[in-house]
Amino acid sequence: MAAVLETAALEKHFGGIAAVNGVSLAVEKGARHALIGPNGAGKTTVINLLTGVLRPSAGRILLEGRDITVLEPHKRVGLGLTRTFQINQLFLDLTPVETVGLAISERMGTGAQWWRLVGSRSPVTEEIVEILGRFHLTDVMFERTGNLPYGKQRLLEIALAIACRPQVLLLDEPAAGVPEAERHDILATVAALPADVTVVLIEHDMDLVFSFADRISVLVNGTLLTEGAPDEVARDPRVKAVYLGESLNA
Amino acid sequence: MQPAAVEKVDRYLAGRARWGALEYVFWLLALASIWHGYFHLPERYLILTEIAWLGLFALSLDLILGYAGIISLGHAAFFGLGSYVAALLAKHGIINEPVLALVVAGLAAAVLGFATSFLVLRGSDLARLMVTLGIALIMREIANQIPEVTGGADGLQGVTIAPILGTFAFDIFGHVAYTYCLIVLFVLFLLARRIVHSPFGLSLRAVKGNPLRSSLVGIAVDRRLVAIYTVAAFYAGVAGALLAQTTAFASLDVFSFERSADLLLVLIIGGTGYLYGGLIGAVAFKLIQDSLATFDPQYWQYWIGLLLVFLVLFGRIYGAIIAALIFAVARWLQLSFFECALIMLAIGLGYGHIQKGLKLLDGAIARLVGHARSATPMLAHRKP
Repeated sequence: MAAVLETAALEKHFGGIAAVNGVSLAVEKGARHALIGPNGAGKTTVINLLTGVLRPSAGRILLEGRDITVLEPHKRVGLGLTRTFQINQLFLDLTPVETVGLAISERMGTGAQWWRLVGSRSPVTEEIVEILGRFHLTDVMFERTGNLPYGKQRLLEIALAIACRPQVLLLDEPAAGVPEAERHDILATVAALPADVTVVLIEHDMDLVFSFADRISVLVNGTLLTEGAPDEVARDPRVKAVYLGESLNA
Repeated sequence: MQPAAVEKVDRYLAGRARWGALEYVFWLLALASIWHGYFHLPERYLILTEIAWLGLFALSLDLILGYAGIISLGHAAFFGLGSYVAALLAKHGIINEPVLALVVAGLAAAVLGFATSFLVLRGSDLARLMVTLGIALIMREIANQIPEVTGGADGLQGVTIAPILGTFAFDIFGHVAYTYCLIVLFVLFLLARRIVHSPFGLSLRAVKGNPLRSSLVGIAVDRRLVAIYTVAAFYAGVAGALLAQTTAFASLDVFSFERSADLLLVLIIGGTGYLYGGLIGAVAFKLIQDSLATFDPQYWQYWIGLLLVFLVLFGRIYGAIIAALIFAVARWLQLSFFECALIMLAIGLGYGHIQKGLKLLDGAIARLVGHARSATPMLAHRKP
């Protein structure tokens, strides 16, 4: 299978610290690829580099063979690369309807139209209703996002990424901070993502990682320690030593 | 698909752009002010005209501040350029017809806005304040340095404005001038209203709320900001041109720092992000300024300053009430300037207690009215 998202010797230095140091990663089309590692390993920095939030100090990023290393973030979205954030990055003053509608009209290329009123295009509306329904947000769709409970905001965080209709979706700890009772909703929606969407997942919850991923990369101190199928990674003594030791033996 | 839900969402989205009853009332009152002035108070036309172009100027700032989150302390740069362009076009007979000249003046300001927009794209609010302030200062100095064009410190004299559309000549009472300003304000308001309720306007609100996430849902953030900054500059240029045309004069103070600063004050009084803030703020600011200047010609700026402080400290409604109470007491007891300052000091020291008291009062009103939301916005306007 061809790699849809690739990095070559990716590096990011903050001052004298190498947060990401020579990461070469290949994510195959349709993969469920988990990126794990201890705190401070550089996982979120990798996502920030992939999505253009940060410029790499060195190395290249390829999306479907195209070099996107220095492409602006919004253009990467246009090419089908989307992400969610570990800490919600939402539009607190907008409602879920507006939030999702915004992403859909940007995707359709109508987001810059100033002469037309919002909501006069029913295909957009239909998709808004469909996505909000899928993410259990229908009952709060007219509420201000800032007033929603955290679990609902977390769902909207993912719904917003889905509304961009990504080819490659990067999920940065989707279930982080979600109360146990609402966790199920998040995990179910992540599991139900379309099979042709490539998903890269950062997650600390090992149950979720091993139930979800078909491929795991382990990042330690900004470098790739190992990569492989879940059972291989789970057996790897180095991985046990640096990261999984406690949780597997517990 | 759930057709009922789709219809609900469609209705909700359409409802956001629908005209509210208060909006009709506002514009009917504006219309009535024309006739009222005509029959009863022709001497009020001067201030009404000032309110109209100030409202348009504030609307311009609201477009970038209230909708895109760009703060500016130099919006007079565009106002001033529009003013001079309109005055020069008329003086040299390049474009005699005022409406056409108005558009050209606005476009000139828009070009300046486009060119300088790239300077305000990045950076913090503080950086933006400094950059915009600097641009206005530069514009003022340029005008000062070319007296053969601008008239320098004496201002541009000898401007005559031709009749509007070749038909409506400006009269000495200012009847035509006010009607003209009001129509221009209304037309540009309609356009602004359209813009903010469009997908483009929605994306601006998103950018204001969270620029990082905006770019990651595919919004070309920089281009949207450049676009609205350019549009706002056009609006400010038109407002400046209205001033030049209705007074047949342009002087260096169109670029002044006070003009930009007063504009922020107007928006703070009226509130940002709902388009009427600038208009209501302009009415309130001019009326307060006018009445204070009559009551207390010596210290009227003191009272404006006091009002501003209280609006920010105690929220729009309570702040205005407290400021009005102090003003009334000071008038009633004939307090001296020094005694007023002592009252201010006392309020400063008791700030925490007053806050607590206001919150209790707010809660009581909320219970009285029956639902919590009605009263909370009163304090919600407070900003750090």
